[in-house]
Amino acid sequence: MAALTREETEALIQEVLEVYPEQARKDRAKHLAVNDQSLEKSNKCITSNRKSQPGVMTIRGCAYAGSKGVVWGPIKDMIHISHGPVGCGQYSRAGRRNYYVGTTGVNTFGTMNFTSDFQEKDIVFGGDKKLAKIMLEIEELFPLHKGISIQSECPIGLIGDDIEAVAKKANKEIGKPVVPVRCEGFRGVSQSLGHHIANDAIRDWVLENRDGDESFPTTPYDVAVIGDYNIGGDAWASRTLLEEMGLRVVAQWSGDGTIAEMEKTPKVKLNLIHCYRSMNYIARHMEEKYKIPWIEYNFFGPTKIAESLRKIAALFDETIQAGAERVIAKYQAEYDAVIAKYKPRLQGKRVMLYVGGLRPRHVIGAYEDLGMEVVGTGYEFGHNDDYDRTIKEMGNATLIYDDVTGYEFEEFVKRVQPDLIGSGIKEKYIFQKMGIPFRQMHSWDYSGPYHGYDGFAIFARDMDMTLNNPCWKQVKAPWKTEESPKVAVAASA
Amino acid sequence: MPSVMLKKNAEGKLVFYVPKKDLEEVAESVEFDTQDKWGGEVLLGDGSKYYFEPIEQPDFPVTLRAKRLDSGE
Repeated sequence: MAALTREETEALIQEVLEVYPEQARKDRAKHLAVNDQSLEKSNKCITSNRKSQPGVMTIRGCAYAGSKGVVWGPIKDMIHISHGPVGCGQYSRAGRRNYYVGTTGVNTFGTMNFTSDFQEKDIVFGGDKKLAKIMLEIEELFPLHKGISIQSECPIGLIGDDIEAVAKKANKEIGKPVVPVRCEGFRGVSQSLGHHIANDAIRDWVLENRDGDESFPTTPYDVAVIGDYNIGGDAWASRTLLEEMGLRVVAQWSGDGTIAEMEKTPKVKLNLIHCYRSMNYIARHMEEKYKIPWIEYNFFGPTKIAESLRKIAALFDETIQAGAERVIAKYQAEYDAVIAKYKPRLQGKRVMLYVGGLRPRHVIGAYEDLGMEVVGTGYEFGHNDDYDRTIKEMGNATLIYDDVTGYEFEEFVKRVQPDLIGSGIKEKYIFQKMGIPFRQMHSWDYSGPYHGYDGFAIFARDMDMTLNNPCWKQVKAPWKTEESPKVAVAASA
Repeated sequence: MPSVMLKKNAEGKLVFYVPKKDLEEVAESVEFDTQDKWGGEVLLGDGSKYYFEPIEQPDFPVTLRAKRLDSGE
């Protein structure tokens, strides 16, 4: 199917909006736009980070998801208590596949669920005593943990427990950092505020711990990887490239990360931000307080990797710049072979994305390296500054949708007819039943890594595997395909 | 009176960032920009205007309080 023109795309948006009642239509219209590369600022065409309309299907998460699930959860040597009823912790346990090394239950705790399991009496009488007891129990049962974070669930804010006081007391008792995080799910419009709250908690309770302590030997090439959650091993695939070009990665935030690494981050020379949405707050804070510059980079697909490596190297001396060129040259044969193998199979295929964080814009380059085209993209919980960065990456007249509703997304897909959709698990089965190849792009559909040159090979294989899978031809009932002979019903009756 | 984070970008231009509004904009002009006096009216790329009480040249990046004069719309 040919690409839609600007007028057709605008008409499509109007058509989709028609079913809404007037008020909802007015509100949703602000969140849907046709991309115009000539615009410098996204606020001229799209509104974002607003409360979802009641009654629509949104796939957003909550502040607790943003803090415990995204920012704090992957810190492997800390124990993160899901403070409140048991469900929030249990249903978000280990689903994100933040890989780490260590012995779970001994010195790392990433896939375990710690919860205060609130009951009625805790709501009525308060849960502070229980929390204090839990922390002593943790210290006894898991003595090798390096700290505790208290991730508040909704009831904690509602009943007004003073978790800060409990944290301070526990910190004295066990002599390890105890971080209270006020990330109750009802705060904010999406998980995005949870990221911010989590960043602020790191700023207030962790980052200053080693101020004035100069015992950590530094080098001029120290960097921190910020906003890489090591999904399927992403951070490892990124880290190897940085190390090969001569940089020393001091900290990984927060995939396969430790609290010691976070405490040492103020000593680095440069912060490298991958997921801008969830970690720009702390990068900006470190820039102001410790004068550490930060830059955004993109490790999806060879074009963007080379671009990013050179951009990072430009901030260092010639040895690093030569190192960047060396790394790019070293992997060239590898990624050329990947492109040679998969590009002919994927050329010209059209993709629609709807994910969160950095992916709606960052993976576009990787698809383009494979000769594919992204015809629609959107953020679950992006802000204006994300869309500012997206406009230039997307083609003209492509669809951009913010916090898209289930209905809108389905209608867009029916009309745009993409060859592949990349979104979350909640969308996966709807679109597969519609006969459209689908990749779950939140945690790489149980595959990965997708970052770095190693990741690109896996990314290309996965896209090919999904798109060219013979099963898609079988989805339509044989009598509904055009080739099937038109047999008169009467004849067989 | 929004808190504004100010920093210099690679070209040496002043970058204006208001966290609560996700506003990230390069400043077109700063009224006073000398070593011992900095501040006054700041005009941003999107046409909006902010006012800073003149102070000694701060050490960027820094967070300062600004008064919004004109939203530029």
